Amino acid sequence: MTTITNNKEESLIVREQDVVPLRNRVKEYGVKIGMSILNQTKLITATSELVRNLLKYGGGGKVIIESVSKGRENGVRVTFIDKGPGIADIELAMKDGYSTGKSLGLGLPGTKRLVNEFDIKSELGNGTTVTITKWKNG
Amino acid sequence: MERIPILKMGDFLLVTIQVDLYDQLAENLESDLINTISKHSSKGVLIDISAVSIIDSFMGRILGNIAVMSKILDAQTVVVGMQPAVAITLVELGLSLNGVLSALNVERGMDLLRSRMHTSDNEELEYDDDNE
Amino acid sequence: MQNNLLGVLKEHENKLLAIWSQILLESGSGDGAMEEEESKEFASLFLNALAKSDDNDTHEFEKVQDLIVGISSSRGKRGFSPRENAQYLISFKEACSKILSELITDPATLYDANLKLNAILDDMTIMTFEAFMRGREDIISRQVDEISEISTPVITVWEGIVALPIIGTLDSSRTQVVMESLLQQIVDTGSSIAILDISGVPAVDSLVAQHLIKTVSATRLMGAECIISGIRPEIAQTVVHLGIDLSGITTKASLASALQTAFDMLQLAVVKRKKIVE
Repeated sequence: MTTITNNKEESLIVREQDVVPLRNRVKEYGVKIGMSILNQTKLITATSELVRNLLKYGGGGKVIIESVSKGRENGVRVTFIDKGPGIADIELAMKDGYSTGKSLGLGLPGTKRLVNEFDIKSELGNGTTVTITKWKNG
Repeated sequence: MERIPILKMGDFLLVTIQVDLYDQLAENLESDLINTISKHSSKGVLIDISAVSIIDSFMGRILGNIAVMSKILDAQTVVVGMQPAVAITLVELGLSLNGVLSALNVERGMDLLRSRMHTSDNEELEYDDDNE
Repeated sequence: MQNNLLGVLKEHENKLLAIWSQILLESGSGDGAMEEEESKEFASLFLNALAKSDDNDTHEFEKVQDLIVGISSSRGKRGFSPRENAQYLISFKEACSKILSELITDPATLYDANLKLNAILDDMTIMTFEAFMRGREDIISRQVDEISEISTPVITVWEGIVALPIIGTLDSSRTQVVMESLLQQIVDTGSSIAILDISGVPAVDSLVAQHLIKTVSATRLMGAECIISGIRPEIAQTVVHLGIDLSGITTKASLASALQTAFDMLQLAVVKRKKIVE
């Protein structure tokens, strides 16, 4: 089944102060499709984790928020695109307990558990793109 | 620069977080709080997060740091009023905030701090007795 | 006339309706298969659209399609069989063909007309199928919601103590509902102890145990304590055989002993009253 984009917006994230407005925008998208508070919270927390990576490792970048639907299911998709150094070993980065920066190393694997779909593409020297999708009833 | 107010109530400090946290704000809170504990030799810290709609790994780590740091300064930290959705998300994320005490609301948190103070007072008394 | 082969059907609407209901009856569709009102409406709308154009692409047919989709989905919800649902349009096509063969004598023209009729009605039949399924799926998803709501009743057993008996298999989505309603109830009642009774859970595997551990952790994060009760002997055995560590969790065999533990935690005691002899 194909996923259809109903609504879409893009924002540039360059400073830490951009994070709170972004989280609010993502929340609005969740509210619009009637997502439960718990799923909203999971989605916003995942967004918060990924946008931190975007700022810390990618030096800022672009975030796309989309309202998507697949068959009978509605959801919110958020894409994080940076032009930073990229990740050398994605498999390693997705392991619980691995981290290069000063954090708990829960970042990527923890974030993956919060959403329904998680996709990461990275090329050394060319940046990283992470896409997450949370379904309304997921 | 935005700052979160810290209220002094006798031996305790009360912090009510009413805004959405971002990393810098959380880091400021950590250092402000530790400085205030040291200044007043506070015995307990209540952090009310009932209005906080999300806590991610960074803010979770800050809460953990505050608990450990204040413990070193002989103050007990209690996080109160965590929303159900926030609690479930933290668990799913893999963060259990070990070392952080929690209570349902400010009142219960206060009771918890008082009972902790009593037990630690008794321990000190016993310790003194042993010395004599 | 040549470019609107099917337009002639409009003039024979009543006859068409009669033949249609006859075929439906013969095909053995149950009572009420041919509901006068909606069938009349459909036939007249369809024939009008045909009279204006016999090309399926035009928007003339959109109204007809909306109507037939509505009919099918309501039939799906009312419990008609898929066969009855399909028979509805197929017999309509048969009736149309019958009238066409009476009206048109030239075999080539008749073949052409039938071909067009088939194209239009077959397309609609597929739509009715989709609508019928959607109607049924709506029922299923509503029932799923209802079941998950019914199966998570949180009970206040004492001031400050809530209990939640879980009945049935625990999977990820169910655990989420259970966790959410338990934690919400803790907030609403200000309870400091929650009892999760799993006597009604048929089996505990490592995944279910994981879910239980998560629930206990989330409860603790909020500042309440969670006791798991109703552990049957075979569950205790599987838990150990699977190497699951439940040591961080207070577990009790029965709800009664969990309640006793909860009373102890709240420094409450239940005492037997002395019989007052007058």
